[in-house]
Amino acid sequence: MMVALIVDVGLAILILFVAGWIVAVRSTFAAVIGFVVYGLLLSLVWVRLWAIDIALTEAAIGSGVTGALLLRTLSRLPVEHSERSANGSFRFIAGLFCAFISLAIAMVIVALPEPAPTLAPEASAGLPAVGVGNPVTAVLLSYRAFDTFLEKVVLVLALVGCWSLAADRDWGGTPVLWRYSDPDGVLKFLAQTLPPIGVLVAIYMLWTGADHPGGAFQASAMLAAMWMLTIVAGLMRMPRTNDDLLRLTLVSGASAFLLLGFAGFGIVGSFLAYPPDYAKALIVAVEIPMTIAVAATLVMLVAGPPQRRDMS
Amino acid sequence: MKTAMTLLLARDIFTIVAVTFGAFFFLAGTVGLIRFPDTLTRLHALTKADNLGLGLVALGLLPWADGILALKIVCVWVLVQFSSSTVSQLIARLAQQERPQA
Amino acid sequence: MPVSFVRRQGRCETMDNFLFAVAAFVLGLLILGLVCVLKGATLADRMMSAQLLGTSGIAALLLMATAVSEPAIIDVALALALLAAFASIAFATSSGDRQDRE
Repeated sequence: MMVALIVDVGLAILILFVAGWIVAVRSTFAAVIGFVVYGLLLSLVWVRLWAIDIALTEAAIGSGVTGALLLRTLSRLPVEHSERSANGSFRFIAGLFCAFISLAIAMVIVALPEPAPTLAPEASAGLPAVGVGNPVTAVLLSYRAFDTFLEKVVLVLALVGCWSLAADRDWGGTPVLWRYSDPDGVLKFLAQTLPPIGVLVAIYMLWTGADHPGGAFQASAMLAAMWMLTIVAGLMRMPRTNDDLLRLTLVSGASAFLLLGFAGFGIVGSFLAYPPDYAKALIVAVEIPMTIAVAATLVMLVAGPPQRRDMS
Repeated sequence: MKTAMTLLLARDIFTIVAVTFGAFFFLAGTVGLIRFPDTLTRLHALTKADNLGLGLVALGLLPWADGILALKIVCVWVLVQFSSSTVSQLIARLAQQERPQA
Repeated sequence: MPVSFVRRQGRCETMDNFLFAVAAFVLGLLILGLVCVLKGATLADRMMSAQLLGTSGIAALLLMATAVSEPAIIDVALALALLAAFASIAFATSSGDRQDRE
């Protein structure tokens, strides 16, 4: 379709323009804004590439979580970092290196044989046995469930690593996102109305992820963004890092997976194996604590190392 | 048979008209964004005209959606309408602070 | 699939092309708008880019969803609506909390 080609070319030009602008602009805050815009545009590109699950993830992580992470970091930097230094030669060399890598990747993709080698037919053929309709979910939670389990463990380890950046006296304290005085109460109003909708959409994405594009990670990122919104508005408090409930929540995802894995030992005979008729139910059941745990981990990762011993 | 044909035709015309008007409002919003002199006026053009454009586009697409999907499209528009008008208040306050005179 | 989209019969390829053309038009307006807004003088100007994407991007997604008959794209539009709002809120509220802000 000729018109679809115009859409694609337009999107490509737009993305390149925004990327160039991010590199060239002087103000770091503006660069962060550009990066979030870039992430949202990329999700449009994923839609055009028929990768809807990835589009959802890109929108949620790229603009929601990563955007908040960059903004929070920016708010902790002293003001002399708000303009980027014009160290021309270094940036030129870095740009050259990045362009070279991009070119190499592009050449590899263009040089792929037609049709490109893929396991998609085999993956789709195994779907009825698993009982889910969405091949991405089947890959994440059935074919490669072990990898997903390990990813949850890695997330918790990353958080511990992040927390270890705090000074000894701050250990166990409360991290801070950023502060906003909210003189008109507009933020409070938004934080009272948007999160319920966001939670509903997250639950919907989790539920529908079994058969249609969606899934646990997208739901987690959405939950994380909504939770951060309520914290910044002051409606909920950032938990202390030595809070027992928080720590229990953080490990519950990997633990649920582990439980499921060992149950597989007992019932079917090997680690993380699903009994045939209950596979879909088990997958959805393990996704629930996983989603909550990952959401909590994402929020704590964005919030950074704990800062003060006693947060009022 | 004739009424079925005219219904189909009416549906097509409805979509084309609504979507075209929606696109026109998007154009108006973008022209306002480019030509207005001031941050606050640009914000106004963006929030009002573009959202109206989105509403008309969503309206035009409704005949093609079944049941719950039509409801979802309407929900998307209502959500955008609500959130953008409220969030623009936050941005407007910031714009006003960056520009101390009225 | 409980939620089905658009009855394919009765929608000809010209309608698909028309919807794609409007999507291309809206994206073109998005390019113009982004160029103008990102080059803006104040920080508030640039924050409007998230709002702009929130409306134009969603319009383009809705049009594309109808043109290719894929209901899951409406879900992406829904997520985009919430997250563009969140991004705008994050921009507007975090810009004030700079250490030693002048």
